Parts: sequence; C-alpha cells; structure tokens
Amino acid sequence: MGVGLARYVAVRASLIIPTILILYTLVFIVLRILPGNPIIAALGTKNIPPEQLRQLEHQLGLDKPLWVQYFDYLWNVLHGDFGKSLVIRGRSITQDIVERLPATIELSIFALFISLGIGILTGLVASIKRDTVIDKALRVFGAATYALFIPWIGLMLQLFFSIWLNLLPVSGRIDPSVNLRVVTGFYILDSIITGNWAALKSALSHIILPAFTLGLVLSGPYTRLARNNMIKQLESNYVFAYFARGVRKGKVIRHAFRNALIPIVTYAGLQFALLLGGAVLTETTFDWPGIGTYLVEKVAYRDYPAIQAVVIVFAFFVGLMSLVVDVLYAYLDPRVRY
Amino acid sequence: MMLSELFGKRLDRLSNLPLTIPRRGRGMVYFGLGVVLAVIFMALAAPILTPYDPTRTVGNPFAPPSLEHPMGTNKLGMDMWSRILYGARTVLYVVFLAIAVCMVIGIPLGLLSGYFGGKLDRGLSMVMDAVYSFPSLVLAIALAVALGPSLMNAAIAIAVVYIPTYFRMVRGQVLSVKSEQFIEEAKILGLPTGRILLRHVLPHLIPTIMVVFSLNAADAVLTEAALSFLGLSVQFPTPDWGYDLYLGRGFLLSGYWWLVFFPGLMITLLAIGFALIGEGLSEQVRKEVG
Repeated sequence: MGVGLARYVAVRASLIIPTILILYTLVFIVLRILPGNPIIAALGTKNIPPEQLRQLEHQLGLDKPLWVQYFDYLWNVLHGDFGKSLVIRGRSITQDIVERLPATIELSIFALFISLGIGILTGLVASIKRDTVIDKALRVFGAATYALFIPWIGLMLQLFFSIWLNLLPVSGRIDPSVNLRVVTGFYILDSIITGNWAALKSALSHIILPAFTLGLVLSGPYTRLARNNMIKQLESNYVFAYFARGVRKGKVIRHAFRNALIPIVTYAGLQFALLLGGAVLTETTFDWPGIGTYLVEKVAYRDYPAIQAVVIVFAFFVGLMSLVVDVLYAYLDPRVRY
Repeated sequence: MMLSELFGKRLDRLSNLPLTIPRRGRGMVYFGLGVVLAVIFMALAAPILTPYDPTRTVGNPFAPPSLEHPMGTNKLGMDMWSRILYGARTVLYVVFLAIAVCMVIGIPLGLLSGYFGGKLDRGLSMVMDAVYSFPSLVLAIALAVALGPSLMNAAIAIAVVYIPTYFRMVRGQVLSVKSEQFIEEAKILGLPTGRILLRHVLPHLIPTIMVVFSLNAADAVLTEAALSFLGLSVQFPTPDWGYDLYLGRGFLLSGYWWLVFFPGLMITLLAIGFALIGEGLSEQVRKEVG
C-alpha cells in the first residue's frame, strides 16, 4: 500500500493544480482587470491628484503590464504573501487571513458534525420507517433544508433563543469579559488548553446557533444518502441471513448502519464548497469574526487585493478537500486502484 | 398528469419517453408548482393586491402587523406587504433573466463540447469543472463587486456562476445519447449536424434540463437574496426580499420581528418551491435512467 498510495496521492495532487490555476486566473481577470483601476474604486472618487495616483500605482505595482502583475502576484501567493490592504495602508493581508481562518474552521467543523448528526439520524429513521408518512415527510425535509435561506434561519433563531428566551448570545464568538489567552486561535481548543472553563462555556454558547444554522441547511443530502444506503444494506443478503437466524432487529440495524456510514463520511468532504459558501452568510448573520465576514467587510470597502486573497484561499481549500476525499476514499475502498 | 400535455404533442413525437410524473414525486411537484405560481401571481397582481406604493411613506414607522398593514411598516413607514409584493417582481426578474442567459450560453456549449469532443471539449470541461467546484456564492460576490452593485450586474453574476451547471449536465447527457443507434442512422442519412443536434439530441435532454432548471432556480433565488442581503444588488429604496432582510436586520434587537420574518419567509418559500419541483421531477428522470 505504501508506495502505491503515495503515488496515488501525488497524481491526485497534481490534478488539483490546474484547477487552482484556472480559478486564480479567473479571479485575476474578474478582480484585477474588470474593475479598471482598483485604487480609484477603493477611494470611490476620481478626484485624486494624478501624481499621487501614479505614486500609489507604483507602490502597488499597478503600473506594470498586466501579465507581469499576473506572474508577480502568483509568485507572491505561492510564497504565502497576499500583498497589502488598499484601505488600511500597509496592513498585511496574509496576517489578517491567518488571524481569521481559525474562526471559520472552528465553525465549519461544528456545522459539519451537526449536519452529519441531523442527516444520519433522519436518514436512519426514514429507512426504518420506509414508505410510511414519516419517510415521506423526511424526504420533503431533505429536499427543503438546502433551500432554507441561511440569514433568515439565523435571524429567526436569534430572535427566538436570544431575544425572546434570552438563553444564548445574539452574536459574536466569545464574551469579551472572559479573558482568554489565545494560543491556537481555535477558542474552544484554547480554553481547554488553558483550563479556562468560563471561556469554554462562553465559546460553546456562542457557537451553538451559527453552527446549528449552517448544519441544518447542509443536512439534506446526508438524509437522502443515509436513507438510501441503509435501505441498500437492509436489502442485502447478509441482513436477510441475520433475520433468518433470528437475530434481534435492533442488532441487525446496528450492523447495517455501520456499513452504510462509509460513503456518507466521504461525501462530507465533497460538501466542503457548500460549507464555505454557507459560512460567508452564517458569519455575516452572527457577526462571527471569520474569513467570511472579512470578505464582506472588504467588499464594502472595495479592497480588491484582500477580496482576491480570500477567493484564492477558498479555492485552495476546495482543492485540498477534494484531494483529501479522493485519498480517503481510496484508503477506505480497496477497489479503487492506485 | 402527462408532461406531454404541458409541452404539446411535439415533444411526445420526438422522444418516445414515458413522460408521466410518477406517484412518488407528484405531491412535491404540485406543492412546488403551487408556491411558485402563487409568487408569480403576487408579482403580476401587485398593484391590485395593495393600494400602497412600496417606496413611499404611508404610515407610522415600525408599526406592527395590523389590518391596515398586514406585515407592518419599516423604519420609514413603508408598507411591508407592498414591499413583499413588489419585491417578488425583483427576485423573479433577476432569477429568470440570469437563468435565461445561463441556458443560452451553457446548453449550446455543452451540446457542441459533448458532441464534437477533442481539445476544445477538454479545455472547456476543465474550466467549467473548476468553476463548478468553487463555492458559487463567493464567486458571485467577487463578480458583483467587480461589476458594481446594481440589479443587472447581480443577474450577470448569477448567470456566470451557474453556466457550468448546465454545461456539465448537457455535455454528460450528449455523451450518452451520441452513441445511440438513431444518431448513427441520422448521420448515415447525411443530415446536417445542426439538425441532428437540435432535432435528435436536444429533445432527449429536455427532461434533465427541466430538473436542473428547477433545482438551479432554487439556488439562484438564494444567491440573488444573498447578494442583495450583502448590499451587492439593488439600491435603496427598490423593494427586494434579500435587501429588506438586510435593512430589517439591525432592528431585530428592538423586537421588530416583522421586518425580517416576512422577507426571509418569502425567500425560503420560493426557493423550497423550486427545489421541490426539481426533486419531484428528478424521481421521473432517475426512473428512466434506471
């Protein structure tokens, strides 16, 4: 397995590169060429002395030919340098993103587990109650969840749990009054490492609503996948044999369930693009200080280099996740040849 | 109900597919159609259904729902029911315009790419797959920013991000239809390629296109709402559900729930309507495929 798998990973990884390059090029065309002069766009006015404009252009390298800018920027991105913000002069975008990324990853992981939990549970129930009213209702649920508008669900949860019931915080990531020493940037992990239980409680209570919102919206495909996989398992010969030997129903379902789980977990990785897209709206709704709110803030200021950077980081993550899924699948399913 | 009734006999003659909606998906299709048709009716009959101008102050600010203003009023005393009705026009306009552009570009490209293959096909597929794998909302945001916030630009942004959805589906279907015997026969008969594509290949794609259209319309509704929620589409005071949700959001803490409840509900309902149509119809297509 060792050498074969390593080669498989290398081949898969090399296939990701053109995808990321295409997206990089697209983003360059959209955000660098389409808007004309990014400085004027960011300032929102054409009333700027020509000399000052030229000086700014020179500082940012915008006076070079476009193809030089294309490769310069690519070179810098490959070295992890996304350049400087147009709006807050001299602020490193890479540093901004590194600070914001843990919040988004933390939210995404929680949302992913919640969506898997909701999806697998509803799918399991639907498969056991196959062709009953419950099954039909759950099928509609699976089809409808992804059409829920994230900001609306988020705002309604805020209204109900935060404003009317006063149970959970409305927005943000942690109560500013608890002093958390930031180690990794993942607040829940940090509060466990430093043994700060007040901070842990605060961080958990802040993450519940946004993670549930995002998780609920993404749970639909898992419902269907879990249901169909379970039905396939329940119809297979080994289940028939279990029943023939008089094994209890609950025990049979447990066995079938374990086998039905594998494709669901690998599918979770493919949902990653949806997760990131949804995170932008979820973060905005809950003022969650992640990379999604960063994007929206920069959009408001027309800070093109920062927007460009965020889109490229997203492209990188999507590529990385599809690689992880491929490898995971090959590892779990020996029939995949490598 | 026979689908051929909806599309006339022509379709039935062209493709010998059993075009009935199976029992399983029927309820979903009818419910979805009901919702979508209701929203279209709201948009068309807006002037009859409300006496108010959606962009004028017609009452006290922040009035809760009452008989006079069934969905309350906003900060400037505009009637929310009127804004919901006229907002339906905005969202339907953007979504249908975007999808029309999408289809006009995506379907022919998919047809040609799948039918002729070769280098062009490989290049196009690679670009389309790359765009498809990317979160569409993020790409739409980037496009809308670059083009500048306006209704038209939001439609363009939505159209661009969903072209690969149609391209990939059409291309895949063409690849499977291409090897069928009747296409070979048409070629031997010496029919011009354009005629083969339009009269013999395209009709077979119609069921799939309908499914993808419905599911994609749900996506497009959500993306339109998201763009205006982020301030990248319509400008004040144009009525639009996503934009009204953004405007009302700041007053949630004050307890003015009607400013966010109704616009968000409408977005979700319309998207669910399209999604259920697509979901129900896909039962049909899946059954045909096997």
